[in-house]
Amino acid sequence: MKKFLMASAATALMAGGAMADDHAVKLGIILGFTGPIESLTPAMAGGAELAMSEVSESGKLLGGKTVMPVRADSTCIDSGAATAAAERLVTSDGVKGIMGADCSGVTGAILSNVALANGTVMISPSATSPALSAAEDNGLFFRTAPSDARQGQVLADVLMEKGISEVAVTYTNNDYGKGLADSFAAAYAAAGGTVTTTTAHEDGKADYSAEVGALASAGGDALVVAGYVDQGGPGVIRAALDTGAFDTFVLPDGMIGPNLETTFGDEIEGSIGTAPGSDAADASMVVEKVAATGVDASGPYVGESYDAAALIMLAMQAAGSVEPGDYKSKVEMVANAPGEKIYPGELAKGLEILAAGGDIDYVGATAVELIGPGEAAGGYREIEVQGGKLETVKYR
Amino acid sequence: MDFLNALVVLSNFVLIPAVAYGSQLALGALGVTLIYGILRFSNFAHGDTMAFGTMVVVLVTYLFQSWGLSLGPLPTALLALPFGILGCMVLVLVTDRAVYRFYRQQKAKPVILVIVSMGVMFIMNGLVRFIIGPNDQRFADGERFIISVREFKQMTGLSEGLAIRTTQGITVVTAIIVVALLFWFLNKTRTGKSMRAYSDNEDLALLSGINPERVVLYTWLIVAALATVAGTLYGLDKTFKPFTYFQLLLPIFAAAIVGGLGNPLGAIAGGFVIAFSEVTITYAWKKVLKYLLPENLEPSSLVQLLSTDYKFAVSFAILVVVLLFKPTGLFKGKSV
Repeated sequence: MKKFLMASAATALMAGGAMADDHAVKLGIILGFTGPIESLTPAMAGGAELAMSEVSESGKLLGGKTVMPVRADSTCIDSGAATAAAERLVTSDGVKGIMGADCSGVTGAILSNVALANGTVMISPSATSPALSAAEDNGLFFRTAPSDARQGQVLADVLMEKGISEVAVTYTNNDYGKGLADSFAAAYAAAGGTVTTTTAHEDGKADYSAEVGALASAGGDALVVAGYVDQGGPGVIRAALDTGAFDTFVLPDGMIGPNLETTFGDEIEGSIGTAPGSDAADASMVVEKVAATGVDASGPYVGESYDAAALIMLAMQAAGSVEPGDYKSKVEMVANAPGEKIYPGELAKGLEILAAGGDIDYVGATAVELIGPGEAAGGYREIEVQGGKLETVKYR
Repeated sequence: MDFLNALVVLSNFVLIPAVAYGSQLALGALGVTLIYGILRFSNFAHGDTMAFGTMVVVLVTYLFQSWGLSLGPLPTALLALPFGILGCMVLVLVTDRAVYRFYRQQKAKPVILVIVSMGVMFIMNGLVRFIIGPNDQRFADGERFIISVREFKQMTGLSEGLAIRTTQGITVVTAIIVVALLFWFLNKTRTGKSMRAYSDNEDLALLSGINPERVVLYTWLIVAALATVAGTLYGLDKTFKPFTYFQLLLPIFAAAIVGGLGNPLGAIAGGFVIAFSEVTITYAWKKVLKYLLPENLEPSSLVQLLSTDYKFAVSFAILVVVLLFKPTGLFKGKSV
């Protein structure tokens, strides 16, 4: 029996050694491939995988390691399913870092249940709830998307500049919607605007005419829909258009997507929106390459996903180790000044400088600058619906 | 002018949606009530029967659309409706042969049949999701509006607009036609009369030579037709998603019970009572009151009794109150 135990212990050790020697580093990509933002996620995953293949092809990561993406489904809304999927990534697939998750609620759940417990670094490209800034993370959690506290402020500024001083707000009843609605209401009131009413809407209902009835009764110049483009959001807009309650809509990032154009076209002419983006950096190279693989890359967060994956790999290089415990402290170092500026497509150059002991300031596709508790400082595109298309009119 | 504006707002947000919703509920409740009256059990699978019929309609509609077939301004789904009804009839007859007939022959107690119908509900639920998936299906096409808000404002010069969607118009017209046909059938035809006789007194009906299997067969056929029509109208007016049909079960049962189970007239009345209660109780009355009340009495709050999230709670509350104080319902149905 003793021999047998020894033998199994030896085998286990050897298996462990074999794993560590393996040349492929696995990185998890956990996004809502099904669920309310399923039309956005294929391009986001494409962005992250683009960064990984770029690094693999360069052959410069820690002496020629390749990076292998492993996808998992966060469902965006089901914390239980997301936690199970992330658990699988970490314990069974043995990923060394997680690019994700996408929606704020599931991101918080994975962070507290999986990432903290296993000491895995996660960098979310799109979780924007202000509540995540204060979440306990042991320095393991970062995001390349800014907190919605910032988006609320930007939205309020845009509206005041357009002279829209009275709006009704409806939000999808979850962490993302509530956080955004609260931060917007606070910023808007501070800027002198009036929120006539704030009501939640549940996703997945057949009909939103009752909700819109209440919003219409409260009135306002425009309706802020802090929802999801593949879920209740379009239903709310449709009901508002049908009953003539509102014809101008204010659409935060979750509502900006190609489906919006195809569903409504010029029916929502003049509506305004915001989505993360910056003119200090150019995500077009990432977006074009992702689009070339055949997925629709016109949605937001493609560049953020590329950057999130790139940051993990650059931090690994800086630490000289693929273990999350070693490289977690390097993420902010590679993302921020001082150092050589690294733009999208230049990951090989970044890896080289780091290998030589130099310092880099990763700019990437979205001008990444991590502040406070490891989140992006946040530039936004101001979007207007012109001729049935989502057009970027300004950067903020 | 203010009064007219108030009326228009009220129609736009309360009266028209409630009438359309009420018609859909009434058709659903008629099916439930017929089964209760004639087959003597509460059919929990009714919502999913509706979903199945509607699913067939949706699939046939997609087929017609791919062939380029359409009804012009009317939705193609109307053309596909007969096929949906046929599909649904096949489903309920197969279910009856495979499941309910066995329990009928055993003379099982109604409560057992209720549980059986619950099992059938889960199977149908899974079947629909398996075939068409759990997601939204939009199959409405044709002209969207009879009157749109913009046209109405231009026509009348009022500051408030009124929209009547084509689907709302179709819902009400179809509901009236279907109900008229049903009542004609129940009251004038031989089969209809034998069904009522069977419902009133089973033993007496059997003694006078009515074939029970025939009555059961016709009941299922009618119920399948009603369920498909109700489901299709709801799907056209809102959207088709299997889960929402499962949720519809509550307001439909509330409607049937409020009206008096087993009483067709009651089912219709019940449908409208439930629809109007749901809509009026969760509506924010501020805008209407603003037009009606003098300026200094204008409400500052929304004047909303219940948040729209509690829509289903309204039908539940009505259900409980009716069961407590008038178990036979408004129209003297059978006591539950």
